[in-house]
Amino acid sequence: MKALRTLGLLALLALVLVFPVLLSPNNAVTDMAIFTLIYAMAATGWNIFSGYTGYISIGHAVYFGLGAYTMALACQHWNFPGGYLPFLLLPLAALVAGVFAIPLGFLALRVRRYAFAVTTIALMFIFQLLAYNLRGITNGSNGVFLPQPPWSADVFDLPFYYVTLALLLVSLGLSWRVRHSKYGLGLLAIRDDEDRAFGLGVKTGSYKLVAYVVSALFAGMAGAIFAYFIGIIYPQFTFDPIVDVNITTIAFLGGLGTLAGPLVGAVLVVPLQQYLTVEFGGESLNLVLFGAFLLVIFLVLPRGIVPSLQGKWSAWKATRAKAVRLSSAASKEQAVLAERRERL
Amino acid sequence: MSLIIEGVVLGIMTGGIYALMASGLTLIFGVLEIINVAQGILVVLGAYFSFWLGQHFHIDLFLGLLIIMPAMFGLGVLLEWAFIRRLRWDRITLSILVTYAIALIIEGVLGFVFTTNFQELHAWYIDAAVPIFGFFVNDVYIIAFILSVVLLGALYLLVYRTSFGRRLRASMQNRTAASLVGIDVPRVQAITFGIGVSLAGAGGVAFGATNAFNPASSYDLIYRLLVIIILGGMGSLSGSLVASLVLVIIGDVVALVWSPVWSSTVFFVLLVALLLFRPQGLFGRMGGRKQ
Amino acid sequence: MSFLEVRTVSKAFGGIRALDACSLSVEQGSITGLIGPNGSGKTTLFNVITGYERVDAGEIRFDGRAITDAKPDKVFALGIGRTFQLTRVFPRLTVLENMHIAIPRKGIRGLLKHWGPLQEQRQALDLLDLVGLTTLKDEPASNLSYGQKKLLEFALILVVQPQVILLDEPAGGVNPTMVNQMAGLIRTLNEQKGITFLVVEHNMEFVMGLCHMVNVMHRGTTIAKGAPDLVRKNPAVLEAYLGA
Repeated sequence: MKALRTLGLLALLALVLVFPVLLSPNNAVTDMAIFTLIYAMAATGWNIFSGYTGYISIGHAVYFGLGAYTMALACQHWNFPGGYLPFLLLPLAALVAGVFAIPLGFLALRVRRYAFAVTTIALMFIFQLLAYNLRGITNGSNGVFLPQPPWSADVFDLPFYYVTLALLLVSLGLSWRVRHSKYGLGLLAIRDDEDRAFGLGVKTGSYKLVAYVVSALFAGMAGAIFAYFIGIIYPQFTFDPIVDVNITTIAFLGGLGTLAGPLVGAVLVVPLQQYLTVEFGGESLNLVLFGAFLLVIFLVLPRGIVPSLQGKWSAWKATRAKAVRLSSAASKEQAVLAERRERL
Repeated sequence: MSLIIEGVVLGIMTGGIYALMASGLTLIFGVLEIINVAQGILVVLGAYFSFWLGQHFHIDLFLGLLIIMPAMFGLGVLLEWAFIRRLRWDRITLSILVTYAIALIIEGVLGFVFTTNFQELHAWYIDAAVPIFGFFVNDVYIIAFILSVVLLGALYLLVYRTSFGRRLRASMQNRTAASLVGIDVPRVQAITFGIGVSLAGAGGVAFGATNAFNPASSYDLIYRLLVIIILGGMGSLSGSLVASLVLVIIGDVVALVWSPVWSSTVFFVLLVALLLFRPQGLFGRMGGRKQ
Repeated sequence: MSFLEVRTVSKAFGGIRALDACSLSVEQGSITGLIGPNGSGKTTLFNVITGYERVDAGEIRFDGRAITDAKPDKVFALGIGRTFQLTRVFPRLTVLENMHIAIPRKGIRGLLKHWGPLQEQRQALDLLDLVGLTTLKDEPASNLSYGQKKLLEFALILVVQPQVILLDEPAGGVNPTMVNQMAGLIRTLNEQKGITFLVVEHNMEFVMGLCHMVNVMHRGTTIAKGAPDLVRKNPAVLEAYLGA
């Protein structure tokens, strides 16, 4: 069984690796794939904090925006030309996001869980407003341009795709490692009963803050890639509540606290949103349809897609096992009866 | 100095309107323990409802409340029964997601029916203004403010002086105990949600009379409302009232004295500052709720 | 000077005086019972000893050191474990994972390693064996019965080899077989490992059969103390229970 699963995963990986090359001329699809990967990475990072600790951070776009502006302003400041060079700034974007995450996380974690979510939103808006108003630094609502890479149209997307894919794999790896570590177990304990975990010696304060900062790193890098890919950024589209909501929705839809959840969520939500906006956006019906879709999923599969499917899978296995046990018990009984008959 | 007074007066008026909108949100949280993110769009729905009544039936904007409030109440009860009631696992977080989905649907429908152009609610007396303390305040602000005061007063009476109110407060404090003494908690919850939505509708009329709006206005609104109820203490009616006034007054004063550009920032910075020193909000209870 | 000592501790919640100049001493190596009618302050006493509540007045000493307002994790680290009336286990984690939360590990590198290496697994499994939960080790804790959850809580505390265990109604709501199992477990741990116990219970048979010494609380203070048989006949105790 396990061999089959590993084989399946490898096949999936191979598919994902050759995907853009196979469909190279159709840039629209690759564009969408890049956005999907960006969100999948951000959501996986988000999951390391919110999924494992249960503290839902709805204002994570603040790090997305910080990463985006770091990338844009650094390119401008150091006169980076378009090309591969700006990709080297990704660690810087992560660092900036992480540095901000320390005080912001410390502040936000002072409140109870439901107030925490709203506090993160408030913090996000403060930064959006700062981005608007600190014109000297951010150029306000005029936005900031990023250097244009010199690659030709039919291969333009490829570097973005592979860089983002690489980061996604890193985030998945880290998420997997955390989950199986002692630290991850502590995070899950915090989710279940924080005070009890504290009472048993888990350093809940630092555990939460570290996870928060780690998740900020990935959101920051997602924002940076997004900025470079789009080519121009504005305050309202980087410090954007829609980004917040998308990340949260993706993670929830897929399944909070699971590894595959953010992936499944991103693959469903991003293309669907794009499709609906293009087809129905003019009349606002895209909102109705998307809202209806979300509603159905959240009501029918409240745990998200991956855990619900996992639940059904194990329930199916359990009934199968039970049937096997019953049938073997029945055959045992028959064997005993047969033996008795023989003795007579 | 006169700017500050103007800011304060304007702030009190607008603050009253926000208090009306926020009261429904905090009430719903208190009794149902859910965060109704759709409250913003429901306010906008109220405004559009009034607009529609005005356009097609020429019903006066404030008289239309007699139709709007009961209708919104019914909508609220329906929404609670259809969607909110089913939420069991991880209720608070799921409520955010489900009400967000509902909000999207309503936003889409409004955009489809009314387009995304900005609208305003008009009444024949809208352009008249009254001088107060040396500057002019539009009549409509005053009427909207009076409306808010009246409704909030009625709400206060309902919650603190009626038997239903007693059942509501009991359900807020301890759901299990309330049901054990014979209170039909699901019914209280349905009615409370209806009241909350109804208040949103009324708030929408007041808001629409004093602001231009379109379906997307809901975003700005809901964020402000959420900040208000956090500041006031989630579940506390007096808290949301005080928080609304404080935040809006300070915001308006800052806008007039300094620059409108910074008033929203101040709004959020105050929240953060408060949460540093008093994480449970102004009137909230420490330690969460034990059921 | 006894092992665990509570000296004239008072604690009020608003107008209610949960603890009123309450004093208690627990001898090392004993199984001491704490009984009293509902509302007499037993759980509050546990809470102040283990740091979940702060005292208004008075002192608490453990093995000579003052631990009066120490936080729960500190108290636990010093060697005092406690269970809760309403069991608090980690519902979404398996029984085995629950155990590993309590097993401490040093250093950042240690935190990143897998949560269940061989040595720690053995430790966890040994304890689960002791309380009889081995077969349930991979079940989510929420699937356990109430009594089984109590046993799990017990096992959790035993991880750090505490010197004192405070048990808050261990027999409450548990079927008779398991009650005996629990009494046997307590006796074994006390005799073989020398763990001191302070047991709050309403089940009189349980208390009288198990405890070396019994304290009786009423209205926030101790009104009687002594061997089980003596306490049983004490008129003040009878009055507290019947009159309360």
